[in-house]
Amino acid sequence: MPENIIEVKDLEFKYGDFKAVDGVSFFVREGEIFSFLGPNGAGKSTVINILTTLLPMQTGIAQVAGFDVAREPDQVRRSIGIVFQDETLDRDLTVWETLEFHGRIYSMPKDERKRRVEEMIKLVELEDKRDVRTRHLSGGMKRRLEIARGLMTRPKVLFLDEPTIGLDTQTRQRMWDYIKMVNESGTTIFLTTHYMDEADLVSNWIDIMDHGKIIASGTPIKLKNALGQDMIYLETSDNIATTDMLKALSAVRNVKATAHGMIVTINTDGTHCLPIIMNKLKEKGIEITSVNLKKPTLDDVFVHFTGRDIRNAGAEKLPKFQQKGGTR
Amino acid sequence: MAMEFLTIYWRDMLRFVRFRVALFASLVQPALWMALYGAAMSANFSRLSSSIPVPHDAVSVSYLTFMGAGVIALTTLFTSLFGGITLLFDKNWGLMRELLASPMPRNNIIIGIGLSGVTKSFIQVMVIMGFGLLIGVQLFPNYSATEKLVAILGILLFVGVFSLGFLFLSSAISMSMETPEGLQAVITLLTLPLFFASNALYPISAFPPLMQALSQLNPLTHLVNGIRYFAIGGDFYAIGVHYFLTTKEVLMSLIFLVGFAMLTYAIAWWVFRKAVVT
Repeated sequence: MPENIIEVKDLEFKYGDFKAVDGVSFFVREGEIFSFLGPNGAGKSTVINILTTLLPMQTGIAQVAGFDVAREPDQVRRSIGIVFQDETLDRDLTVWETLEFHGRIYSMPKDERKRRVEEMIKLVELEDKRDVRTRHLSGGMKRRLEIARGLMTRPKVLFLDEPTIGLDTQTRQRMWDYIKMVNESGTTIFLTTHYMDEADLVSNWIDIMDHGKIIASGTPIKLKNALGQDMIYLETSDNIATTDMLKALSAVRNVKATAHGMIVTINTDGTHCLPIIMNKLKEKGIEITSVNLKKPTLDDVFVHFTGRDIRNAGAEKLPKFQQKGGTR
Repeated sequence: MAMEFLTIYWRDMLRFVRFRVALFASLVQPALWMALYGAAMSANFSRLSSSIPVPHDAVSVSYLTFMGAGVIALTTLFTSLFGGITLLFDKNWGLMRELLASPMPRNNIIIGIGLSGVTKSFIQVMVIMGFGLLIGVQLFPNYSATEKLVAILGILLFVGVFSLGFLFLSSAISMSMETPEGLQAVITLLTLPLFFASNALYPISAFPPLMQALSQLNPLTHLVNGIRYFAIGGDFYAIGVHYFLTTKEVLMSLIFLVGFAMLTYAIAWWVFRKAVVT
């Protein structure tokens, strides 16, 4: 089994009386892209700030790259790179100066520093912006520069907090190409993002956090499979009768009512199952007014686990997934 | 050996040189002050003090010369008090998280900002002295070249130590503040008593006793003592008041300033160690 580069056990953090992180345990394997997802205010940023030593450790144990976050913060700092969610560039320094500055405050020897700065500028394709002040860079260029800066010191783990936020689709795509390239060269990536489709594509492992706890954990495929193989959306002339009928079918895993219809999650291939369902409804004289078939996406998984749209309705919180946190 | 404070220094100086407007203003402002305030007040003071007899063999200096030292001191005070503001901007909009998340010991930030602030003060002081000489401030009267050099070095020593003290204080305040408005308010509040309860622009001998005592605890008074001692001499008359400073008194002023700088450094260090920026 590959080594764990991050290990967190029973982490708790309080702001005054408010428990932002409530007993979180998880680990990240060396070399993987680990995504840490959750709604705003879930406690993700607090966890990242603790792991990157920006917040003090209150309760629990956390190790990054083999160093204890509370006792060996300097070694942790030397082992990680960080791309913060908000821009942290000096707008009046040039691209070259930004990297040179970073290398210097991380005490890189001069020869290596000079070489690394050039390598990084090349890596993120900012050669022609070398002597341009960062205030004149586009959003995507700034992000690339920040990634380059985070990678300067060859960190074991790169923390990326919402690396693609505020970028256009094309730039986001390029950003992920960089991130994957960086990961392939051996750097473990610890990622948070709001873009589920992106997390789905790049992540080896996903933990979903909400209300200070980890509520789901797994590979993207495994998480999506938890929702069944396919999802069918139906609107009919008699939704109640349809629900009863569908629940009796063995292929149907769950039926969830929506405002005008229902979402049916099924265990088999929807392309074959859907015609059967349609025929059965026809036999009973129920008319179908709307239908849609789709694969569950990570967005669905997210909504499902965080209950974002069902929380207000007071629906169930699916506790069976809660035990999954931290077990692989 | 940890020399990362040189990096902080390098960056702050880059920015100083890069902001042409700020650079220009910081050099012109004290010159204007000396030209306008000096011209206005020296006419008044000269008229008032002309009736006060001065002994034949004593050195008598004009008000313009007297306040020249004060303008140097006040400029240093203002520049230094605002010298830490860059940290507040970094904290709110930029680089501070990158700095605090780095393995660099945090006192490098304090020292780096301190040194760049001192450099800026030195440049300003040299410009003011040059300008002062142009408009008739009688600095270094009848000094030999060596004496002039010693005098300039002495002034820079006082300015440097004083400046460090207030830069450390400014850094500590900037790190503790959330907004530039708050910082402005606190610094303005600090400036007023420092400014008025000092000997920068008028003699303290006529102050009420409490204010006299306060002025002796005011670093600005000790800076002005040092500058006057080196720029004019230890024994002179100005505005009808006899100024007499022994070498020992000047040394005590220097020690006071060193103590002040050590105290504010300790405060800044404490603030930075606790600082959390997320």
